[in-house]
Amino acid sequence: MALSTSSNFAKPDDAFRAIVEAHRGLTDAQSADLDAALVLVLANHIGDLDVLREAIALAKRRTLDASQQQQQQQQ
Amino acid sequence: MASANTAQAKTQFGYRRHPDQERSGANVAQHPVVVVGAGPVGLSLAIDLAQRGQRVVLLDDADRIGEGSRAICFSKRSLEFWDRLGVGDRMVEKGVVWSVGKIFHGASQLYQFNLLPEEGHKRPAFINLQQFYAEAYLVDRVEQLPDIDLRWRNKVIALESRNDGVALTIATPEGSYQVHASFVVACDGARSSLRQMVGAEFAGQVFEDQFLIADVKMTAAFPTERWFWFDPPFHAGRSALLHKQPDDIWRIDLQLNPDADPIAEKQPENVRPRIERMLGHDKFEFEWISLYKFQCRRMAKFIHGRVIFAGDSAHQVSPFGARGANSGLEDAENLAWKLDRVLRRLSPEALLESYHIERSAAADENIRESTRSTDFMAPVTKQEARLRQAVLSLAKDTEFGKRMVNGGRLSVPSVYDTPLSSGDRDNWRGGPRPGASMLDAPVTEQGGGSSYLTEVFIRQGTRFTLLEFGNGAAVDVPEGVGSIRVGAEGGLVDTQGLAGKRYDAEPGTAYLLRPDGYVAARFRNAARPALDAALARAAGLS
Repeated sequence: MALSTSSNFAKPDDAFRAIVEAHRGLTDAQSADLDAALVLVLANHIGDLDVLREAIALAKRRTLDASQQQQQQQQ
Repeated sequence: MASANTAQAKTQFGYRRHPDQERSGANVAQHPVVVVGAGPVGLSLAIDLAQRGQRVVLLDDADRIGEGSRAICFSKRSLEFWDRLGVGDRMVEKGVVWSVGKIFHGASQLYQFNLLPEEGHKRPAFINLQQFYAEAYLVDRVEQLPDIDLRWRNKVIALESRNDGVALTIATPEGSYQVHASFVVACDGARSSLRQMVGAEFAGQVFEDQFLIADVKMTAAFPTERWFWFDPPFHAGRSALLHKQPDDIWRIDLQLNPDADPIAEKQPENVRPRIERMLGHDKFEFEWISLYKFQCRRMAKFIHGRVIFAGDSAHQVSPFGARGANSGLEDAENLAWKLDRVLRRLSPEALLESYHIERSAAADENIRESTRSTDFMAPVTKQEARLRQAVLSLAKDTEFGKRMVNGGRLSVPSVYDTPLSSGDRDNWRGGPRPGASMLDAPVTEQGGGSSYLTEVFIRQGTRFTLLEFGNGAAVDVPEGVGSIRVGAEGGLVDTQGLAGKRYDAEPGTAYLLRPDGYVAARFRNAARPALDAALARAAGLS
């Protein structure tokens, strides 16, 4: 199974909101802890190492893009 | 500043003394309905009621139409309502038609959406039209209707609820007078004085971010689309919106920092450089500049005895999503037919409770959607900002990311979960379910003329109407119920097959439409007992 990046939620706003609200009232450190746990829970639910590796690659590429952009802006 | 562009529409009106002002004590005038506030909602409500044969007194504390473009996006649903009021063509002729929106992040486009990708609808997804034009056209229509008594510079200063109605004290330039009304509808805006008079709370969420609206006049070749930027190069770190209005006016919305000084930000010399950066030139003039913060809130109950609240007086939303004026107009169309039935004693007063049920749920939906958009544009916490950043960066390459980007979810009619609906008993694969609004479709009339279902519904009198698809004999509809037949002998022809498709129709399929065009019930084979029961339920009789 390949990583699905099509939109899978009937109402994507509901999903985004649920995640945002889970973080409401938390400190930054608590938020980071929550995200770490959330990632492991969801990874286990997916239960497919290939999909997980693809997901990691996609997320990493994104953060690399962002840091490159920032460097360009600073130059 | 707006006056230069309203030359073709009358905006100044005179106070005139009314014979009601000579009456006092036991002799005060009795009216079935007094509508307070001649904005888009109050005017539309008064017209709908008058077209249904009610006499309406419409009061406004000013004597002119408000300045500034204010609400500019009017939805398909609002246009269909205005068609019924006889003003739709004028609005659309003047308005700027659009259906495509584009979302940008930085300098690059993330995606675009089309709010009405299919053909075969009489009205477009949206028009942009300055609110003062909409109001002026509605006033012109009011003046054609002798049953509406529009009184400028009549300000309600006191209200006393009674069992059989409401006593109003009204101040005018020539002193105050009283009238008695069986029902009062308060369409007097977000700062409603009637809401204060009934002592109702108006609680909700206050947003700290400030937004600057600038209407600028220029000739530009931008397409007539809604453009929204996250973090644009000309306004780093914030959001911006560009939208076209008639008369070469462009609406620009800029999100400011929460701590921005409102007085300084509003000065044209401070606004000008921002807009120059955005447009890349200085060939524009300011038409209107306004700075706002907003709240999302609603009244707990839209009905207080015989005082009913509609539009901004009952609910306020953030402006991203065109849910303010459009939801107020939906309030008006929802209320008009119910109030008419109650005044005629065709339905019990309890029917009005469905107005509160349906429209307060719609207000909750509008508040939820617009709050989410606002939160996405102006993240509250650091983590929320991170999540948004993640969505925006994922949106470049992934479908799911695009769908999560929230640059405003634009107004669509609510689907009502309401006691007036009769639930489905048959099997349906599509089509509008009970509680949803009717869908438009092109049809051909006997004799070859082309028309639309929404037009035929108007010609049926905007009353309870059975929309039938099919063969064989017509269902024998109850007295007073309109009938539209598609695909039957002597009926409308579904030339393109779109009506049948949109209503998931088979021969014999029938939809019972309410007077506001919402579906009350639907049947694969309409038989009189089931139809009568659905009709009674939809009229609040069972």
